[in-house]
Amino acid sequence: MSIGHRHPEKLTRAQMAERVASDVPAGAVVNLGIGIPTQVSNYLNPEHEIILHTENGMLGMGPEAHGDDVDVDLLNAGKLPVTEAPGCSYFHHADSFAIMRGGHLDIAVLGAFQVSQKGDLANWHTGEPDAIPAVGGAMDLAVGAKDVFVIMELMTKAGASKLVPELTYPVTGLGCVTRVYTELAIFDLDRSGNVRVTETYGGVSVADLCDMTHLDLIDATE
Amino acid sequence: MINKFRDSVDEVLADIPDGATIMIGGFGLAGQPIDLINGLLRRNLTGLTIVNNNAGNTDEGLALLVKSGAVRKVICSFPRQVDSWHFDKKYHAGEIELELVPQGNLAERIRAAGAGIGAFYTPSGYGTTLADGKETRTIEGRDYVLEYPIRADFALIKAHKADRWGNLLYRKTSRNFGPIMAMAATTTIVQVPFLAELGDLDPENIVTPGIFVDRVVQVDSTNPKEHS
Repeated sequence: MSIGHRHPEKLTRAQMAERVASDVPAGAVVNLGIGIPTQVSNYLNPEHEIILHTENGMLGMGPEAHGDDVDVDLLNAGKLPVTEAPGCSYFHHADSFAIMRGGHLDIAVLGAFQVSQKGDLANWHTGEPDAIPAVGGAMDLAVGAKDVFVIMELMTKAGASKLVPELTYPVTGLGCVTRVYTELAIFDLDRSGNVRVTETYGGVSVADLCDMTHLDLIDATE
Repeated sequence: MINKFRDSVDEVLADIPDGATIMIGGFGLAGQPIDLINGLLRRNLTGLTIVNNNAGNTDEGLALLVKSGAVRKVICSFPRQVDSWHFDKKYHAGEIELELVPQGNLAERIRAAGAGIGAFYTPSGYGTTLADGKETRTIEGRDYVLEYPIRADFALIKAHKADRWGNLLYRKTSRNFGPIMAMAATTTIVQVPFLAELGDLDPENIVTPGIFVDRVVQVDSTNPKEHS
């Protein structure tokens, strides 16, 4: 896929994952969340030696295991069997979360219900009163990684933007998201609330995106 | 002679009382001390507080313990899964208490208990409903929440190999909560498929030193990949 600034076609989910992968520098230590973020690993260049972290206690995670390679002692954070990449290491849970919280993890790629213009993230709870809450490592990843990349559809099925002035869903972490990849555009965020549109897809203009998100977006596509 | 090896699962669990706080290791099937959990189920205890990453899955292990009514409270990070129906039912019926903790805070609170830390400030959870009512502090421009240790009366963990002093080796991602839970409990009980002679484990490779372990019971592994 060419990386320009204005593209006529919307990105598919797989293309969003591919687009994220192209922004991961060689040698980076990366944690991929469950769902579309996991697909990012399909597009990483093996020669770049990007190290995948899984929060249950491993650096250097290899691809999913199948058939005879399945070992129930070797799982990823989604509890699926995985494999070892050469150079991998194991550690206990407290060290694994120290890797995040201590600022050692370069990038976390996560899904989201909403992201605010200041980079506040909502991805752990819908806020429905009878839902059983479950958080896992979402809050630790949000505050810990040097960069938090979110992959999400920009618009809900009901036509509401998920990039918002203020979160209406419960907070996962404040001011943590640095970039949002959607089917229509890529947005760079900072904690002061400036949102820069760096690429557009599907023929939308930055003015269209301003209407859709109700945000005063900065056109950085040129 | 120091000998932490014990003969049976039932023997190592015999003194756990009603109302105990019990840490159970494991993340998914990896590191789950399934035989110790099943032994706990046979004890027919009540009023237990269980510390685990989850709240039981499918119709086995911790899920059956929850179903049995033995568990009063669960401290965990991720109770709700597609196959957590026994916990879901108890929770919706108001028959079980849940303390939901971000996974890294769960690990660090367990670690802190074992390390003698009185409390600590963590950025995880700041500004969220899981920090409601907790003390906060800004340190060098970053916002933190005060979190307290989680201690336990007993820890039930699975390791790969042990000697009679209780020195432990783990295998791959089954290590997960084992080393920190072993430190945080008054009495740590370990199931392993393989026993080693004292002196046969390479001291450079021991992950949990025996000082953190009280009882070891040998149970065969059901994982065909786990060989000595």
